[in-house]
Amino acid sequence: MTSSNSLAWIIVIPFFAAALLPMIHRLNRRLVHPVALLGSGAALLFSLYAASIVVLTEAPVNHTLGGWPPPWGIELRLDHLSAVMVVLIAALSFLVLLFGHGGMERRLESRSHFFYAMYMMFSVGLFGMVLTHDLFNLYVFLEVSSLAGYSLIAVGERGSPFAAFRYLILGTLGAMLFLLGLGYLYALTGSLNYVDVAERLSSVNESRAALVALALMLTGFGIKAALFPLHAWLPDSYAYSPNVTVAFMAAVGTKVGAYGIFRVLFTIYEIGEVRVHLPVIEIMGWLSAIAILAGSILAMAQSDLKRMLAYSSVSQIGYVLLGFSLLNASGVIGGVLHIVNHAFMKCCLFLVVGAMMAKVGHRDIRRLSGMGRKMPGVMAAFSIAAISMVGLPPTAGFFSKWYLILGALEASNFVFVGVILVSSLLNAAYFFRVLERVYLSRDAEPRVEVEADVEAAASTEAAVAAVGGGSMPISRTQTPSEPRAEQPPHAGAVPDSASSPKKRSTTVPRPSEELPEQPWLPTGRLPASVVAPIGITAVSLLILGLGSAWLVENVLRFIVPGGL
Amino acid sequence: MIQDILGWYNYWLISILILVGIYGMMAKRNLLKKLMGMNILQVAIILFFLTLSPKKGATMPVYDATVGTAAADYANPLPQALMLTAIVVGVATTGLALALLVRVHRTFGTLEEDKIMEELR
Repeated sequence: MTSSNSLAWIIVIPFFAAALLPMIHRLNRRLVHPVALLGSGAALLFSLYAASIVVLTEAPVNHTLGGWPPPWGIELRLDHLSAVMVVLIAALSFLVLLFGHGGMERRLESRSHFFYAMYMMFSVGLFGMVLTHDLFNLYVFLEVSSLAGYSLIAVGERGSPFAAFRYLILGTLGAMLFLLGLGYLYALTGSLNYVDVAERLSSVNESRAALVALALMLTGFGIKAALFPLHAWLPDSYAYSPNVTVAFMAAVGTKVGAYGIFRVLFTIYEIGEVRVHLPVIEIMGWLSAIAILAGSILAMAQSDLKRMLAYSSVSQIGYVLLGFSLLNASGVIGGVLHIVNHAFMKCCLFLVVGAMMAKVGHRDIRRLSGMGRKMPGVMAAFSIAAISMVGLPPTAGFFSKWYLILGALEASNFVFVGVILVSSLLNAAYFFRVLERVYLSRDAEPRVEVEADVEAAASTEAAVAAVGGGSMPISRTQTPSEPRAEQPPHAGAVPDSASSPKKRSTTVPRPSEELPEQPWLPTGRLPASVVAPIGITAVSLLILGLGSAWLVENVLRFIVPGGL
Repeated sequence: MIQDILGWYNYWLISILILVGIYGMMAKRNLLKKLMGMNILQVAIILFFLTLSPKKGATMPVYDATVGTAAADYANPLPQALMLTAIVVGVATTGLALALLVRVHRTFGTLEEDKIMEELR
């Protein structure tokens, strides 16, 4: 049965790729990235293959690891929801990895084998979480992806180890709460397999232990999904982490938390019956509504583009969980569709930020004037993704919001309808603020801004970007320990120290290791490996928008749990 | 009352450990103390699982011809197997956290959260 084996391959291939990468680095460092791409691409092929079987046969694919039948052994199972998630993770993992080649910060390049190894482990954890049908296995893969995620964040800018540590503390708390809830379920039912637990639980699901377990598991995954007010780890982690990390993590990292919530609510518990004993649905719905508004409002207040997108992630995860909490078919379809759409949107947006930082070395919204002329193609992709975030019709974002509003109307919860509409306006406000800077703002006189910003240079990045002015890079002499040989040929044209002494005097002097990332592809065209993923994600937003009817008809329809 | 405490002493102990751990993680301002709180929480949950395992009058879960094959005569081996994995995960988490703390200390020269936050502003 090759179709069932392919489920195991999806996990095993990236796992071995991760183990191999440091060894391959010893043999030949040029092979590291191709091998990582190969592993990720193979996982993508296997997941497409397995998912296509699920879609064509309209039945889940099972694989029992080690030949132990399900209640005892660990079962991998690809149903329609897992199929959506697995293809999503595999596709974005591959695209972001492709981007990693040119978009990766120079500072990371000498250690890119460890970075890519951790990246592969992160995707192993995510694949495992969405494929497994065993609660404890879910916990293990949750920790695998989390551990890799912490280390991926920690190699970013100056504050990143601290941000990673805070995420580690909160993330471990979430995982431990989940594990505790799992312990309650195991004590109650004596089983760990989703289906088996669900069967045995249906007779005791009013017991206090089952309700406590439900609350614990939802809180645990709520932390992972960054559901407001459990989102405290997210903005710092996203803002400080490397662009490659954040593009992947923002796209699928929190979504897997939402997937976990879906499993707990609908696969393990029959939430329609349990909700009368514990108002988890009401709490989750209202928290999501608050998350949507609060995330959008906080995003408006940011001047750091990455931080703005991070807060916008907090708000977008609210849409997903709001959809689940509506407890009707349209709501669930809207929620899952929004997982897919938002993953592509956020991935595209963060990749654009990565390309922009490669080009100009900063991400300050106030200094984006004229970017539309400097990087027309990339900024066009940004615009598509931004329009999709706002939810205008031809793009993907419109359709998930459409289903969410339909669901809210069906549930006759008009407050939620209002929340979704208002937040679309807020999204428009903070994205058009950026787009206005990028395309319309003409006050791109670098001199003036340099003066103004050095005054306000509370943050180190402002100071450095000011020196850069527009696209003028800082002298390479300020970055120590960078062998010239590592730079690609087109970076050799960097204007060197000739103009730097005068300019350097305007910066706040700081030890060079504290300087934030400088533009590492300042001149010439962006390499195809940087542009292609951005273009693909942007185009797929349009395809997803046009194909959403097909997706709902052939895939998402089957996700809706029975009884809704 | 006293029966409730003595009869369920293991659960009381675990509850207290969980609360101590969460308190340490959330309320302490020193990052190393947060990490210690995290470890206490992990130990508490490992103990919780282990306390599900034993049965009255049961022996260790290795087949013994004199005991027979009734499941009630053997302790449940599964929680221990699960916790073995959880301990491994816990060790990895602690190791990573310590490595991060070394980096944090090198960058900021302190492990006090307030000071680091101040410097990051």
